[in-house]
Amino acid sequence: MKILIAILARDLRLALRQGADSIMVVAFFIVTTTLFPFGVGPEANILARIASGVIWVSALLAAMLSLERVFQTDFEDGTLELLAISPVPLELVVLGKVLAHWLTTGLPLIIAAPLMAVMLNMNSAGFGTLMLAMLVGTPALSLIGAIGAALILGARRGGVLVSLLVLPLYIPVLIFGAGAVEASLLGLPAGEHLQIMGAILLLTLALAPLAAARALRLAVE
Amino acid sequence: MVCVAWMIVFTGSDLTCRRGERLVFTDLAFDARPGDALMLRGRNGAGKSSLLRLMAGLSEPLAGTICWENENIREDMPAHRARMQYLGHQDAVKPVLTVRDNLRLWASLRDVDNVDAAIDQALDALGILHLANSSGRFLSSGQKRRTALARILLGESELWLLDEPTVGLDRESCADLARLVDDFRAKGGIVVYSTHVDLEIAAPRILNLDEFAIPMFDWLRDEIGEDADAQHPDASTTPASTTRDGTSPSRRKKIHSPSTDFEGIA
Repeated sequence: MKILIAILARDLRLALRQGADSIMVVAFFIVTTTLFPFGVGPEANILARIASGVIWVSALLAAMLSLERVFQTDFEDGTLELLAISPVPLELVVLGKVLAHWLTTGLPLIIAAPLMAVMLNMNSAGFGTLMLAMLVGTPALSLIGAIGAALILGARRGGVLVSLLVLPLYIPVLIFGAGAVEASLLGLPAGEHLQIMGAILLLTLALAPLAAARALRLAVE
Repeated sequence: MVCVAWMIVFTGSDLTCRRGERLVFTDLAFDARPGDALMLRGRNGAGKSSLLRLMAGLSEPLAGTICWENENIREDMPAHRARMQYLGHQDAVKPVLTVRDNLRLWASLRDVDNVDAAIDQALDALGILHLANSSGRFLSSGQKRRTALARILLGESELWLLDEPTVGLDRESCADLARLVDDFRAKGGIVVYSTHVDLEIAAPRILNLDEFAIPMFDWLRDEIGEDADAQHPDASTTPASTTRDGTSPSRRKKIHSPSTDFEGIA
Protein backbone atom coordinates (compact mmCIF):
# COMPACT_ATOMS: atom_id res chain seq x y z
CA MET A 1 0.00 0.00 0.00
CA LYS A 2 2.84 2.32 0.92
CA ILE A 3 4.45 1.54 -2.42
CA LEU A 4 1.23 2.19 -4.31
CA ILE A 5 0.99 5.60 -2.64
CA ALA A 6 4.63 6.38 -3.40
CA ILE A 7 4.17 5.65 -7.11
CA LEU A 8 0.86 7.47 -7.19
CA ALA A 9 2.31 10.51 -5.41
CA ARG A 10 5.22 10.72 -7.81
CA ASP A 11 3.09 10.37 -10.94
CA LEU A 12 0.59 12.94 -9.70
CA ARG A 13 3.42 15.31 -8.88
CA LEU A 14 4.84 14.80 -12.36
CA ALA A 15 1.41 15.38 -13.90
CA LEU A 16 0.93 18.57 -11.90
CA ARG A 17 4.34 19.97 -12.83
CA GLN A 18 3.71 19.33 -16.52
CA GLY A 19 -0.04 19.86 -16.27
CA ALA A 20 -0.71 20.22 -19.99
CA ASP A 21 -1.52 16.53 -20.47
CA SER A 22 -4.61 16.43 -18.35
CA ILE A 23 -5.98 19.74 -19.64
CA MET A 24 -5.37 18.59 -23.20
CA VAL A 25 -7.44 15.45 -22.67
CA VAL A 26 -10.41 17.42 -21.37
CA ALA A 27 -10.04 20.00 -24.15
CA PHE A 28 -9.96 17.22 -26.74
CA PHE A 29 -13.10 15.71 -25.20
CA ILE A 30 -14.94 19.04 -25.35
CA VAL A 31 -13.84 19.84 -28.89
CA THR A 32 -14.76 16.40 -30.24
CA THR A 33 -18.17 16.50 -28.63
CA THR A 34 -18.72 20.00 -29.98
CA LEU A 35 -18.04 18.81 -33.53
CA PHE A 36 -21.15 16.63 -33.58
CA PRO A 37 -23.76 19.42 -33.52
CA PHE A 38 -21.90 20.99 -36.44
CA GLY A 39 -21.90 17.74 -38.38
CA VAL A 40 -25.35 16.46 -37.54
CA GLY A 41 -27.08 19.83 -37.49
CA PRO A 42 -28.57 21.73 -34.55
CA GLU A 43 -31.80 19.73 -34.45
CA ALA A 44 -32.42 19.39 -30.70
CA ASN A 45 -34.21 16.03 -30.85
CA ILE A 46 -31.55 14.35 -32.91
CA LEU A 47 -28.81 15.64 -30.60
CA ALA A 48 -30.67 14.42 -27.56
CA ARG A 49 -31.02 11.01 -29.21
CA ILE A 50 -27.31 10.61 -29.95
CA ALA A 51 -25.99 12.44 -26.86
CA SER A 52 -25.03 9.43 -24.73
CA GLY A 53 -23.25 7.68 -27.60
CA VAL A 54 -21.39 10.82 -28.62
CA ILE A 55 -20.21 11.52 -25.09
CA TRP A 56 -19.00 7.97 -24.62
CA VAL A 57 -17.19 7.81 -27.96
CA SER A 58 -15.51 11.17 -27.29
CA ALA A 59 -14.50 10.03 -23.81
CA LEU A 60 -13.01 6.85 -25.24
CA LEU A 61 -10.98 8.78 -27.79
CA ALA A 62 -9.86 11.34 -25.21
CA ALA A 63 -8.77 8.66 -22.76
CA MET A 64 -6.85 6.95 -25.51
CA LEU A 65 -5.07 10.14 -26.48
CA SER A 66 -3.10 10.18 -23.26
CA LEU A 67 -2.26 6.48 -23.15
CA GLU A 68 0.94 6.71 -25.11
CA ARG A 69 2.46 8.81 -22.34
CA VAL A 70 1.70 6.44 -19.48
CA PHE A 71 4.95 4.47 -19.72
CA GLN A 72 6.76 6.24 -22.57
CA THR A 73 8.73 8.85 -20.63
CA ASP A 74 9.70 6.35 -17.94
CA PHE A 75 10.82 3.99 -20.67
CA GLU A 76 12.93 6.63 -22.38
CA ASP A 77 14.78 7.94 -19.34
CA GLY A 78 15.54 4.54 -17.82
CA THR A 79 13.10 4.80 -14.91
CA LEU A 80 11.12 1.83 -16.15
CA GLU A 81 14.20 -0.36 -16.18
CA LEU A 82 14.86 0.51 -12.55
CA LEU A 83 11.23 -0.07 -11.59
CA ALA A 84 11.42 -3.48 -13.26
CA ILE A 85 14.38 -4.51 -11.10
CA SER A 86 13.21 -2.84 -7.90
CA PRO A 87 12.17 -5.22 -5.12
CA VAL A 88 8.48 -4.34 -5.45
CA PRO A 89 6.15 -6.27 -7.79
CA LEU A 90 5.88 -4.57 -11.16
CA GLU A 91 2.13 -5.24 -11.15
CA LEU A 92 1.80 -2.92 -8.19
CA VAL A 93 3.79 -0.25 -10.00
CA VAL A 94 1.45 -0.61 -12.99
CA LEU A 95 -1.57 -0.28 -10.72
CA GLY A 96 -0.17 2.91 -9.19
CA LYS A 97 0.52 4.41 -12.57
CA VAL A 98 -2.93 3.45 -13.88
CA LEU A 99 -4.53 5.04 -10.84
CA ALA A 100 -2.57 8.23 -11.47
CA HIS A 101 -3.61 8.13 -15.12
CA TRP A 102 -7.24 7.77 -14.16
CA LEU A 103 -7.09 10.61 -11.64
CA THR A 104 -5.53 12.93 -14.20
CA THR A 105 -7.67 11.96 -17.22
CA GLY A 106 -10.71 9.87 -16.24
CA LEU A 107 -11.82 12.05 -13.37
CA PRO A 108 -11.74 15.36 -15.31
CA LEU A 109 -13.73 13.65 -18.07
CA ILE A 110 -16.42 12.62 -15.59
CA ILE A 111 -16.66 16.22 -14.40
CA ALA A 112 -16.84 17.58 -17.96
CA ALA A 113 -19.39 15.01 -19.15
CA PRO A 114 -22.57 16.64 -17.71
CA LEU A 115 -21.59 19.95 -19.34
CA MET A 116 -21.41 18.21 -22.69
CA ALA A 117 -24.69 16.48 -21.95
CA VAL A 118 -26.33 19.87 -21.45
CA MET A 119 -24.88 21.09 -24.72
CA LEU A 120 -26.28 18.07 -26.55
CA ASN A 121 -29.70 18.64 -25.03
CA MET A 122 -29.73 15.38 -23.10
CA ASN A 123 -32.65 14.96 -20.72
CA SER A 124 -31.43 15.74 -17.22
CA ALA A 125 -32.87 12.40 -16.04
CA GLY A 126 -29.81 10.73 -17.55
CA PHE A 127 -27.13 12.89 -15.93
CA GLY A 128 -26.80 10.86 -12.76
CA THR A 129 -26.52 7.57 -14.63
CA LEU A 130 -24.06 9.10 -17.10
CA MET A 131 -21.72 10.14 -14.33
CA LEU A 132 -22.14 6.87 -12.48
CA ALA A 133 -21.48 4.86 -15.63
CA MET A 134 -18.39 6.92 -16.36
CA LEU A 135 -17.21 6.50 -12.80
CA VAL A 136 -17.28 2.73 -13.30
CA GLY A 137 -16.25 2.76 -16.94
CA THR A 138 -13.28 5.13 -17.11
CA PRO A 139 -11.06 3.19 -14.66
CA ALA A 140 -11.60 0.16 -16.91
CA LEU A 141 -10.52 2.30 -19.88
CA SER A 142 -7.31 3.27 -18.08
CA LEU A 143 -6.62 -0.34 -17.10
CA ILE A 144 -7.18 -1.76 -20.58
CA GLY A 145 -5.23 1.14 -22.02
CA ALA A 146 -2.24 0.33 -19.81
CA ILE A 147 -1.84 -3.01 -21.59
CA GLY A 148 -1.75 -1.24 -24.95
CA ALA A 149 0.58 1.45 -23.64
CA ALA A 150 2.99 -1.20 -22.33
CA LEU A 151 2.92 -3.19 -25.56
CA ILE A 152 3.80 -0.28 -27.82
CA LEU A 153 6.99 0.70 -25.95
CA GLY A 154 9.88 0.91 -28.34
CA ALA A 155 7.63 0.88 -31.40
CA ARG A 156 7.69 3.72 -33.88
CA ARG A 157 4.47 5.73 -34.15
CA GLY A 158 3.18 4.08 -31.02
CA GLY A 159 0.27 6.48 -30.70
CA VAL A 160 -1.46 5.11 -33.78
CA LEU A 161 -0.64 1.55 -32.84
CA VAL A 162 -2.06 1.91 -29.36
CA SER A 163 -5.41 3.05 -30.74
CA LEU A 164 -5.57 0.01 -33.01
CA LEU A 165 -4.78 -2.27 -30.08
CA VAL A 166 -6.98 -0.67 -27.49
CA LEU A 167 -10.09 0.67 -29.23
CA PRO A 168 -11.56 -2.76 -30.07
CA LEU A 169 -11.17 -3.70 -26.41
CA TYR A 170 -13.08 -0.58 -25.40
CA ILE A 171 -16.23 -1.71 -27.24
CA PRO A 172 -17.88 -3.52 -24.29
CA VAL A 173 -17.45 -0.46 -22.07
CA LEU A 174 -18.96 1.68 -24.82
CA ILE A 175 -21.94 -0.61 -25.35
CA PHE A 176 -22.89 -0.90 -21.71
CA GLY A 177 -21.95 2.67 -20.82
CA ALA A 178 -24.15 4.14 -23.52
CA GLY A 179 -26.77 1.47 -22.81
CA ALA A 180 -27.01 2.46 -19.14
CA VAL A 181 -27.65 6.10 -20.04
CA GLU A 182 -30.18 5.14 -22.73
CA ALA A 183 -32.04 2.94 -20.28
CA SER A 184 -32.35 5.64 -17.65
CA LEU A 185 -33.46 8.15 -20.30
CA LEU A 186 -36.28 5.77 -21.23
CA GLY A 187 -37.20 5.45 -17.56
CA LEU A 188 -35.92 1.87 -17.30
CA PRO A 189 -33.60 0.66 -14.54
CA ALA A 190 -29.96 1.01 -15.52
CA GLY A 191 -28.72 -1.32 -12.82
CA GLU A 192 -28.01 -4.29 -15.06
CA HIS A 193 -25.83 -2.28 -17.39
CA LEU A 194 -23.94 -0.82 -14.47
CA GLN A 195 -23.49 -4.25 -12.95
CA ILE A 196 -21.95 -5.59 -16.14
CA MET A 197 -19.67 -2.55 -16.26
CA GLY A 198 -18.69 -3.27 -12.68
CA ALA A 199 -17.86 -6.82 -13.71
CA ILE A 200 -15.72 -5.50 -16.57
CA LEU A 201 -13.94 -3.20 -14.15
CA LEU A 202 -13.19 -6.03 -11.71
CA LEU A 203 -11.98 -8.29 -14.49
CA THR A 204 -9.64 -5.66 -15.90
CA LEU A 205 -8.50 -4.73 -12.40
CA ALA A 206 -7.39 -8.31 -11.90
CA LEU A 207 -5.92 -9.01 -15.32
CA ALA A 208 -4.64 -5.74 -16.78
CA PRO A 209 -1.80 -5.17 -14.25
CA LEU A 210 -0.55 -8.72 -14.88
CA ALA A 211 -0.63 -8.32 -18.65
CA ALA A 212 0.87 -4.83 -18.62
CA ALA A 213 3.66 -5.85 -16.22
CA ARG A 214 4.56 -8.77 -18.47
CA ALA A 215 4.65 -6.46 -21.49
CA LEU A 216 6.86 -4.00 -19.59
CA ARG A 217 9.32 -6.76 -18.70
CA LEU A 218 9.58 -7.64 -22.38
CA ALA A 219 10.09 -3.99 -23.24
CA VAL A 220 13.03 -3.49 -20.88
CA GLU A 221 14.69 -6.83 -21.62
CA MET B 1 33.58 -14.09 9.86
CA VAL B 2 36.70 -15.26 8.10
CA CYS B 3 34.77 -18.19 6.78
CA VAL B 4 32.07 -15.92 5.36
CA ALA B 5 34.61 -13.66 3.78
CA TRP B 6 36.10 -16.54 1.84
CA MET B 7 32.83 -17.98 0.64
CA ILE B 8 32.04 -17.44 -3.00
CA VAL B 9 28.51 -16.10 -3.10
CA PHE B 10 27.94 -14.70 -6.58
CA THR B 11 28.75 -16.95 -9.50
CA GLY B 12 27.98 -17.34 -13.15
CA SER B 13 28.76 -20.38 -15.26
CA ASP B 14 28.59 -21.31 -18.95
CA LEU B 15 26.89 -18.03 -19.73
CA THR B 16 25.93 -17.32 -23.30
CA CYS B 17 24.31 -14.05 -24.15
CA ARG B 18 22.41 -13.05 -27.23
CA ARG B 19 21.46 -9.51 -28.17
CA GLY B 20 19.09 -9.48 -31.09
CA GLU B 21 20.52 -11.94 -33.59
CA ARG B 22 24.08 -11.61 -32.37
CA LEU B 23 25.80 -13.89 -29.92
CA VAL B 24 27.75 -11.55 -27.70
CA PHE B 25 29.77 -13.95 -25.58
CA THR B 26 29.75 -17.61 -24.75
CA ASP B 27 31.00 -19.94 -21.99
CA LEU B 28 31.57 -17.02 -19.70
CA ALA B 29 32.12 -17.75 -16.03
CA PHE B 30 32.74 -15.51 -13.06
CA ASP B 31 32.72 -15.73 -9.30
CA ALA B 32 32.84 -13.18 -6.54
CA ARG B 33 33.26 -13.22 -2.78
CA PRO B 34 32.01 -10.59 -0.38
CA GLY B 35 34.29 -7.59 -0.66
CA ASP B 36 35.26 -8.32 -4.25
CA ALA B 37 35.27 -5.78 -7.03
CA LEU B 38 34.93 -7.28 -10.45
CA MET B 39 35.95 -5.00 -13.28
CA LEU B 40 34.59 -5.78 -16.72
CA ARG B 41 36.92 -5.06 -19.58
CA GLY B 42 36.42 -5.45 -23.29
CA ARG B 43 36.07 -3.63 -26.56
CA ASN B 44 32.83 -1.90 -27.51
CA GLY B 45 30.14 -4.50 -28.02
CA ALA B 46 31.99 -7.16 -26.04
CA GLY B 47 28.94 -7.46 -23.82
CA LYS B 48 29.86 -5.55 -20.67
CA SER B 49 26.43 -3.97 -20.41
CA SER B 50 24.76 -7.20 -21.48
CA LEU B 51 26.54 -9.10 -18.71
CA LEU B 52 25.51 -6.51 -16.13
CA ARG B 53 21.93 -6.75 -17.34
CA LEU B 54 22.06 -10.53 -17.01
CA MET B 55 23.41 -10.14 -13.47
CA ALA B 56 20.61 -7.69 -12.69
CA GLY B 57 18.03 -10.13 -14.02
CA LEU B 58 16.84 -7.66 -16.64
CA SER B 59 17.40 -10.21 -19.36
CA GLU B 60 17.85 -13.94 -19.39
CA PRO B 61 20.96 -15.71 -20.61
CA LEU B 62 20.58 -17.91 -23.67
CA ALA B 63 22.42 -20.60 -21.73
CA GLY B 64 24.07 -20.90 -18.35
CA THR B 65 23.14 -19.84 -14.86
CA ILE B 66 23.86 -17.02 -12.45
CA CYS B 67 23.73 -18.04 -8.82
CA TRP B 68 23.72 -16.31 -5.47
CA GLU B 69 24.81 -18.62 -2.69
CA ASN B 70 24.34 -21.59 -5.01
CA GLU B 71 20.78 -20.71 -5.81
CA ASN B 72 19.86 -19.62 -9.32
CA ILE B 73 18.78 -15.98 -9.13
CA ARG B 74 15.85 -16.84 -11.42
CA GLU B 75 14.40 -19.00 -8.65
CA ASP B 76 13.86 -16.05 -6.38
CA MET B 77 13.94 -12.80 -8.30
CA PRO B 78 12.37 -10.63 -5.56
CA ALA B 79 15.18 -11.59 -3.18
CA HIS B 80 17.80 -10.87 -5.83
CA ARG B 81 16.23 -7.52 -6.66
CA ALA B 82 16.19 -6.60 -2.99
CA ARG B 83 19.89 -7.28 -2.52
CA MET B 84 21.02 -5.57 -5.70
CA GLN B 85 21.47 -2.00 -6.89
CA TYR B 86 21.88 -1.32 -10.60
CA LEU B 87 23.21 1.77 -12.31
CA GLY B 88 22.52 1.78 -16.03
CA HIS B 89 23.52 4.11 -18.85
CA GLN B 90 20.57 6.33 -18.15
CA ASP B 91 20.28 8.40 -15.03
CA ALA B 92 16.48 8.24 -14.71
CA VAL B 93 16.36 11.77 -13.32
CA LYS B 94 13.04 13.47 -14.01
CA PRO B 95 13.60 17.05 -15.16
CA VAL B 96 10.48 18.42 -13.47
CA LEU B 97 11.19 16.95 -10.04
CA THR B 98 13.75 18.12 -7.52
CA VAL B 99 16.72 15.91 -6.73
CA ARG B 100 15.13 15.01 -3.40
CA ASP B 101 11.79 14.09 -4.99
CA ASN B 102 13.60 12.06 -7.62
CA LEU B 103 15.31 10.01 -4.93
CA ARG B 104 12.25 9.77 -2.71
CA LEU B 105 10.57 7.22 -4.98
CA TRP B 106 13.57 4.90 -4.94
CA ALA B 107 13.89 5.17 -1.19
CA SER B 108 10.23 4.33 -0.65
CA LEU B 109 10.48 1.30 -2.96
CA ARG B 110 13.26 -0.08 -0.77
CA ASP B 111 11.67 0.13 2.63
CA VAL B 112 14.01 2.82 3.91
CA ASP B 113 12.93 3.84 7.40
CA ASN B 114 13.76 7.49 7.54
CA VAL B 115 13.53 8.55 3.93
CA ASP B 116 14.63 12.16 4.24
CA ALA B 117 17.60 11.37 6.45
CA ALA B 118 18.70 8.58 4.12
CA ILE B 119 18.47 10.90 1.11
CA ASP B 120 20.44 13.62 2.89
CA GLN B 121 23.12 11.13 3.79
CA ALA B 122 23.35 9.78 0.24
CA LEU B 123 23.50 13.26 -1.28
CA ASP B 124 26.14 14.31 1.23
CA ALA B 125 28.26 11.28 0.37
CA LEU B 126 28.30 12.41 -3.25
CA GLY B 127 28.79 16.06 -2.43
CA ILE B 128 25.51 17.30 -3.88
CA LEU B 129 23.57 18.02 -0.71
CA HIS B 130 23.34 21.66 -1.77
CA LEU B 131 21.42 20.57 -4.89
CA ALA B 132 18.74 18.67 -2.95
CA ASN B 133 16.02 21.14 -3.82
CA SER B 134 17.15 21.95 -7.36
CA SER B 135 14.98 20.83 -10.18
CA GLY B 136 16.39 18.00 -12.33
CA ARG B 137 16.17 20.23 -15.38
CA PHE B 138 18.97 22.48 -14.12
CA LEU B 139 21.49 19.75 -13.34
CA SER B 140 24.61 19.25 -15.41
CA SER B 141 25.23 15.76 -16.76
CA GLY B 142 27.78 15.12 -14.00
CA GLN B 143 25.33 16.24 -11.34
CA LYS B 144 22.67 13.98 -12.84
CA ARG B 145 25.10 11.10 -12.73
CA ARG B 146 25.85 11.83 -9.09
CA THR B 147 22.11 11.89 -8.37
CA ALA B 148 21.86 8.47 -9.98
CA LEU B 149 24.79 7.29 -7.86
CA ALA B 150 23.09 8.62 -4.74
CA ARG B 151 20.21 6.32 -5.59
CA ILE B 152 22.32 3.19 -5.14
CA LEU B 153 23.23 4.29 -1.63
CA LEU B 154 19.59 4.22 -0.53
CA GLY B 155 18.63 1.14 1.42
CA GLU B 156 20.60 -1.97 2.23
CA SER B 157 22.20 -3.90 -0.58
CA GLU B 158 24.83 -6.57 -1.08
CA LEU B 159 25.57 -6.21 -4.76
CA TRP B 160 26.25 -3.16 -6.91
CA LEU B 161 26.12 -3.45 -10.67
CA LEU B 162 27.55 -0.29 -12.15
CA ASP B 163 27.50 0.23 -15.90
CA GLU B 164 30.04 2.92 -16.79
CA PRO B 165 29.57 4.76 -13.48
CA THR B 166 32.27 7.33 -14.28
CA VAL B 167 30.63 8.74 -17.42
CA GLY B 168 30.21 12.47 -16.96
CA LEU B 169 32.01 12.55 -13.63
CA ASP B 170 34.95 14.84 -12.96
CA ARG B 171 38.15 13.61 -11.32
CA GLU B 172 36.99 14.60 -7.86
CA SER B 173 33.69 12.72 -8.17
CA CYS B 174 35.53 9.68 -9.48
CA ALA B 175 37.58 9.73 -6.27
CA ASP B 176 34.35 10.05 -4.25
CA LEU B 177 32.93 7.09 -6.12
CA ALA B 178 36.06 5.01 -5.56
CA ARG B 179 35.85 5.77 -1.86
CA LEU B 180 32.16 4.79 -1.74
CA VAL B 181 32.89 1.56 -3.58
CA ASP B 182 35.68 0.71 -1.16
CA ASP B 183 33.47 1.53 1.84
CA PHE B 184 30.79 -0.74 0.43
CA ARG B 185 33.31 -3.54 -0.11
CA ALA B 186 34.61 -3.15 3.41
CA LYS B 187 31.09 -3.92 4.62
CA GLY B 188 31.11 -7.12 2.58
CA GLY B 189 29.44 -5.84 -0.58
CA ILE B 190 30.25 -7.09 -4.06
CA VAL B 191 30.74 -4.59 -6.85
CA VAL B 192 30.71 -5.43 -10.55
CA TYR B 193 31.45 -2.52 -12.83
CA SER B 194 32.52 -1.61 -16.31
CA THR B 195 34.58 1.45 -17.03
CA HIS B 196 36.93 3.00 -19.52
CA VAL B 197 38.46 5.33 -16.98
CA ASP B 198 40.52 3.70 -14.28
CA LEU B 199 38.61 3.89 -11.08
CA GLU B 200 41.16 3.96 -8.32
CA ILE B 201 39.85 1.28 -6.04
CA ALA B 202 41.83 -1.31 -4.16
CA ALA B 203 42.72 -4.49 -6.02
CA PRO B 204 39.90 -4.99 -8.49
CA ARG B 205 39.72 -8.35 -10.22
CA ILE B 206 39.52 -8.04 -13.97
CA LEU B 207 37.19 -10.01 -16.20
CA ASN B 208 38.13 -9.55 -19.83
CA LEU B 209 35.06 -10.18 -21.94
CA ASP B 210 37.07 -10.34 -25.17
CA GLU B 211 38.21 -13.78 -24.03
CA PHE B 212 34.68 -15.04 -24.30
CA ALA B 213 33.84 -13.50 -27.65
CA ILE B 214 32.88 -15.76 -30.47
CA PRO B 215 35.90 -15.47 -32.73
CA MET B 216 34.52 -16.71 -36.00
CA PHE B 217 31.44 -14.67 -35.78
CA ASP B 218 32.24 -11.70 -38.05
CA TRP B 219 33.70 -14.01 -40.60
CA LEU B 220 30.67 -16.25 -40.47
CA ARG B 221 28.34 -13.37 -41.01
CA ASP B 222 30.23 -12.35 -44.13
CA GLU B 223 30.19 -15.92 -45.31
CA ILE B 224 26.47 -16.29 -44.89
CA GLY B 225 25.95 -12.96 -46.59
CA GLU B 226 28.07 -13.97 -49.60
CA ASP B 227 26.76 -17.48 -49.96
CA ALA B 228 23.19 -16.40 -50.69
CA ASP B 229 21.08 -17.64 -47.83
CA ALA B 230 19.27 -20.13 -50.05
CA GLN B 231 22.38 -22.20 -50.58
CA HIS B 232 23.34 -22.64 -46.93
CA PRO B 233 20.31 -21.79 -44.87
CA ASP B 234 21.76 -23.82 -42.03
CA ALA B 235 25.26 -22.41 -42.23
CA SER B 236 24.94 -20.83 -38.83
CA THR B 237 24.32 -24.17 -37.21
CA THR B 238 27.60 -25.68 -38.38
CA PRO B 239 30.21 -23.07 -37.65
CA ALA B 240 32.94 -25.57 -36.79
CA SER B 241 33.04 -27.26 -40.17
CA THR B 242 32.84 -24.03 -42.13
CA THR B 243 35.66 -22.33 -40.25
CA ARG B 244 38.19 -25.07 -40.76
CA ASP B 245 38.31 -24.99 -44.52
CA GLY B 246 39.18 -21.98 -46.60
CA THR B 247 39.90 -19.23 -44.12
CA SER B 248 41.77 -16.78 -46.30
CA PRO B 249 44.42 -14.55 -44.66
CA SER B 250 42.47 -11.40 -45.42
CA ARG B 251 39.52 -12.80 -43.56
CA ARG B 252 41.62 -13.99 -40.72
CA LYS B 253 42.51 -10.41 -39.95
CA LYS B 254 38.91 -9.62 -39.34
CA ILE B 255 38.64 -12.37 -36.79
CA HIS B 256 38.71 -10.91 -33.38
CA SER B 257 40.44 -13.46 -31.26
CA PRO B 258 41.90 -12.64 -27.90
CA SER B 259 43.96 -15.81 -27.75
CA THR B 260 46.27 -14.51 -30.53
CA ASP B 261 46.93 -18.07 -31.61
CA PHE B 262 45.64 -17.17 -35.02
CA GLU B 263 48.51 -14.77 -35.51
CA GLY B 264 50.98 -17.54 -34.73
CA ILE B 265 49.43 -19.90 -37.24
CA ALA B 266 49.27 -17.25 -39.88
